[in-house]
Amino acid sequence: MNDAAQRARLIILALGGVVAAWLLLLNFGALGAVAWRAEGLTALRSAEWAAVRFTLTQALWSAGLSVLLAIPIARALARRQFTGRAWLITLMGAPFILPTLVAVLGLLAVFGRAGLVNDGLAALGFARFNIFGLHGVVLAHVFYNLPLATRILLQGWAAIPAERFRLAASLGFGPRESFRQLEGPMLRDLAPGAFLVIFLICLTSFSVALTMGGGPRATTVELAIYQAFRFDFDMGRAAALALLQFGICALAGLLAWRVSLPSSLGGGMDRPVQRFDTNSRALRLWDGALIVTGGLFLLVPLAMVALRGLPHVAGLPPEVWQAALRSLGVALGATLVTLAMTLALAHAVLALGGKRGALLEWLGLAALAASPLVIGTGLFLIIRPLANPRDFALFVTMLVNAGMALPFALRLILPALREIQSTQGRLADSLGLHGLARLRILTLPRLRRPLGFAAGLTAALSMGDLGVIMLFAEREGATLPMQLYRLMTSYRLDDAAGAALVLLGVSLALFWICDRWGRGNAGA
Amino acid sequence: MLVLERVEITQDAFRLSADISIAQGASVAVIGPSGAGKSTLLAAIAGFTPIASGRILWEGANIAPKSPSARPLSILFQDNNLFPHLSAFDNVALGLKPSLRLTNSERTQVTGALARVGLEGYDTRRPAQLSGGQQSRVALARVLLRQRPLVLLDEPFAALGPALKAEMLALVREICAGLGATLLMVTHDIDDARAIAPQTVLVADGTATGPHATEALLENPPASLRAYLG
Repeated sequence: MNDAAQRARLIILALGGVVAAWLLLLNFGALGAVAWRAEGLTALRSAEWAAVRFTLTQALWSAGLSVLLAIPIARALARRQFTGRAWLITLMGAPFILPTLVAVLGLLAVFGRAGLVNDGLAALGFARFNIFGLHGVVLAHVFYNLPLATRILLQGWAAIPAERFRLAASLGFGPRESFRQLEGPMLRDLAPGAFLVIFLICLTSFSVALTMGGGPRATTVELAIYQAFRFDFDMGRAAALALLQFGICALAGLLAWRVSLPSSLGGGMDRPVQRFDTNSRALRLWDGALIVTGGLFLLVPLAMVALRGLPHVAGLPPEVWQAALRSLGVALGATLVTLAMTLALAHAVLALGGKRGALLEWLGLAALAASPLVIGTGLFLIIRPLANPRDFALFVTMLVNAGMALPFALRLILPALREIQSTQGRLADSLGLHGLARLRILTLPRLRRPLGFAAGLTAALSMGDLGVIMLFAEREGATLPMQLYRLMTSYRLDDAAGAALVLLGVSLALFWICDRWGRGNAGA
Repeated sequence: MLVLERVEITQDAFRLSADISIAQGASVAVIGPSGAGKSTLLAAIAGFTPIASGRILWEGANIAPKSPSARPLSILFQDNNLFPHLSAFDNVALGLKPSLRLTNSERTQVTGALARVGLEGYDTRRPAQLSGGQQSRVALARVLLRQRPLVLLDEPFAALGPALKAEMLALVREICAGLGATLLMVTHDIDDARAIAPQTVLVADGTATGPHATEALLENPPASLRAYLG
């Protein structure tokens, strides 16, 4: 058959193929370039193995703690109604889109040597503790990922039909029976996926390790690649490390194939589930304490950034504002590229269906395990014989950011698109709604919410990313996070505090605007 | 005339064969036990389920290779017959032009179709702001506007109360008569079949047979149908 439906299908498959080819090039081509240009791998020394061990250890701790702590907090949020609940849940989305350096500055203000906690301990006569090293890295990762895990699990709670809790109440279930029969099975479904996502995110930790790690004993592989590349320009070692990092990530990526990843990262948790078994005073107090503690853990560091930064924003040097503009451009570019790639890929996954569709989906999600530094190093080596890589710093950053955000966007958009196709696909097919008209009239309006959320996520992630740019950029042409890092390392702490607040403000504003847009369509 | 010529549908262990012809303008009920393949039969005619072999002929031309929208038919599903984010007007207008870029006269046609099904002034309402019966009317207005010569109903009114359902079936009969369309309607309700379908296709034991005269079939049902009717 050669009609509009068939044409639309071919176009979808072609576009999906282009995205798939680009992802393959990014994931494998860059690695190949590193291996090839390195002209022989340098044998790995014990320092490199230490980096591998540290990478795995911190990722296990970070993911484990995040998920374990998220379970009681998500449960408390799921069954309590209080003023500011919606606001707190929105805030839970914040750390994930928070620029790493801002989070680090906030955490240092609370847990650092001269932070609130240490000041308190000193006042009580205890010794001050040192935050840098494994526990600092894990703390920062938990700060980041605890809210993510909470949101994932909260969705699981929201997905348990209210009728089932009503049935449970009619059968006289207490909180324990409800947990065993209703909540436990949900957690068994969702928790492994949440753990794995966070584990994968932490495997490629670069900027947290850069700022919170403590010397050679707390160096991730990703950070070691940067050091080999930037300080020693030892391509052989960078290549060996890149292969190692790739191996770790590929292994974890294969795991992700086995475990079902959380199908969605947001939305649908606005209303609490009405419960009949959890109204005892003790449980209410316990939940309240959890919610307050969790809220403080998130809020205080952010408040510290705001408090310390506010007086210094007005006096920021012009480089900071120029860097902010540059970052804004990168973020908007990355957002457009990500959304376009995601839509093409998601349509192609559904058009292919079956095993081939699943393979394509996995390719899109595999970028979750991809290492930005490996990709960056590879692209640097590919560009170098042709042009000055420094000239492409922002462009490459934009493309790598887009690739990094793709798995999250795909996770948000693919299930929504699948839902649209399964509920309204036949109707659209029967009416001859194909191609661009279908995109305009059916798909985009129905996808508006996840699209807005994905756009906000991508824009904020890209805005705050400190990674590939560190390989490429020189003094000029820095992004805002890079400028902030320079201010931090040169101990211009007032300017750093001001710049951090600007970065925080722009990132949150980008997310907020996109997400707001997505929620705009009330009737849908 | 709609002819299913030695049509075979296979889905995993499920098999259905059909070799039937339905006259132009006929009203035909499709009845049979649950899971026998009534909906599958309609889905095959509409182009959502591929057929393993055979031909589906409409006025002598094989429509089996065509995509759903290119077939000369309108279909109403059990649910999801309207896009929830579009107004009643847009939902109907899609039947005229999937691009929704309408000329003035086309806009008048859409408003006219809404008026014909008794929904004058409801243009801007979204499905959620309409009752179940009104939603059915919107979907029927679209059938009216598309003017396809074959109308397939896969129990779109199953969720409505008996009085409302009877009302909708009357509207269906009116619309099909106006269009001169052939009607093929899956139903669980023998009274529906009696009320508007003089002929019946029986789907049971992996075969679609008929069309039989509805009254005679119900008076003297074969074993497979007798068990179902109880």
